[in-house]
Amino acid sequence: MERRTIFGGRLLPAALVLPQLLVTVLFFLLPAGEAIYQSFTVTDAFGLHTRFAGWANFSAIFADPTYLAALARTGIFCALVTLLALALALLLAVFADREIRGRAIYRTLLIWPYAVAPAVSAVLWVFMMHPEVGIVGRLLNRAGLHWDYTLNPIQARGFVIVASAWTQVSYNFVFFLAGLQSISPAVIEAARMDGARGLHRFRTIIFPLLMPTTFFLLIVNLVYAAFETFGTIMALTRGGPGQATETLVVKVYRDGVVNLDLSGSAAQSVVLMLLVIGLTALQFRFLDRRAN
Amino acid sequence: MRTRTDWLAHAVLGLGVILFAFPVWLIFAGATQDAGAINRGDLSLLPRLSHLGIFFSVLRHGGADGKIPVWHMLMISAGMALGIAIGKIVISFLSAYAVVFFRFLFRRIAFWTIFITLMLPVEVRIIPTYAVMANFGMINSFAGLTVPLLASATATLLFRQVFLAIPDELVEAARMDGAGPIRFLRDILVPVSAANIAALFVILFVYGWNQYLWPLLVATDPRLDTIVIGIVQLIDAGSVLTPWNRMMAMSLLAIIPPVVVVVAMQRWFVRGLTEVEK
Repeated sequence: MERRTIFGGRLLPAALVLPQLLVTVLFFLLPAGEAIYQSFTVTDAFGLHTRFAGWANFSAIFADPTYLAALARTGIFCALVTLLALALALLLAVFADREIRGRAIYRTLLIWPYAVAPAVSAVLWVFMMHPEVGIVGRLLNRAGLHWDYTLNPIQARGFVIVASAWTQVSYNFVFFLAGLQSISPAVIEAARMDGARGLHRFRTIIFPLLMPTTFFLLIVNLVYAAFETFGTIMALTRGGPGQATETLVVKVYRDGVVNLDLSGSAAQSVVLMLLVIGLTALQFRFLDRRAN
Repeated sequence: MRTRTDWLAHAVLGLGVILFAFPVWLIFAGATQDAGAINRGDLSLLPRLSHLGIFFSVLRHGGADGKIPVWHMLMISAGMALGIAIGKIVISFLSAYAVVFFRFLFRRIAFWTIFITLMLPVEVRIIPTYAVMANFGMINSFAGLTVPLLASATATLLFRQVFLAIPDELVEAARMDGAGPIRFLRDILVPVSAANIAALFVILFVYGWNQYLWPLLVATDPRLDTIVIGIVQLIDAGSVLTPWNRMMAMSLLAIIPPVVVVVAMQRWFVRGLTEVEK
């Protein structure tokens, strides 16, 4: 889409886009290019000599069982976080859409958690679930469940998934509620006349109409779970115990920033970039189709 | 139709509210109690109102001995959140203006260059971005915390959408009145997009306030610690010596500012969020 009426001048528009372009080139494109360059080279231990390595860094990470394990772990983690965050948000949105007393208050009380930083929400969960100090953690232990997410890998995974999903529910809630409110009352009324009730009406009429919203949220949540849970995981378990909760982003951080394996972490970064590009492309293709 | 109370809806929503509110109540109550009592597992859900002073103490003296005071961390967080929100809005507004209302060389390339940033979150380019920052000497500087995060494809796309929807007649009329590009920007575009600017402000303020990985990378100097960094550092040290009550007080102070912004501007925020992302 283009505008017909436009202003003349050459210098002014250039000056207007310059700040944005400068930041983009210096802090986005340059580092991304650097990552791609590093992923195809190897530097010796002293950082003196760099030579071209072809696909060696990539074949190395894909031959590394710890990387493959992190890949699989991240996939399962993303799927479960997304499922949990979407299901809970949809449930709350469906009921918040009903004509009940005080629904404006309910909405506010369900929207505010959007403002809580993932890393801080993790800390809130520690206060609840810490095996000795947390109010719920102690209850679990008193019930004889041997709750200690710092030692038990399965408990650690469950904990990280629940805490990560918790932060994302409000965001999904806003979108589901907007989606539900945009369904025409006539459609619902017609379904009611046809005798479709409760769960049946939801499954056959409302949920299909919510599909665009759900698909959009699916991608956003996958991206969130893959990339933005870094703070949550660092605050809860630092990827442990062992590597039980180490996702791809945590691994890039550990290999690159902590262990200073530049080529390996650059190759990992490039893989992550491809992942984001794939997900974003999927999302835009979908939005395009809906717009037409 | 007779309206009766929808008990099921109240029950589900009530449980949802508790799921989110309980942790916050817990840290409020916990903040007012003895560190020793919490450590022994005697955390009461009743706050001791006589010990609300803990919040002032944390603000002045920090979460633990020898730490940066929390008021200082809050200032850094606020500076970062405001800097990022305002900066992103300004540069996105200007570049969308240029792309929509002017024809210039490389216009398409400029647009796609901005667009591509959508696909490059910080998380995927950690190491090389750090290297670039180090070359520019921006490590441990306030500019380093904010400037690299200022590019925004989403904000630019949103403003572009808004500008494209402005009727040609309005632009023509403004030009007949002798409005140049700058006056048009100030007198027409800014007022027309006010609601979008408000919505973006909420979203970007929260985004800036909640950053964790970025400040962790570029600011190792404790004087540049944001409140989020400060809290995670304390919990990392988590042990018998952790002053749990002070940490809880800090956490509550960390979530109040962004929550106030979201709740106060809820109307714009909800509409804006669903518009920005579509």
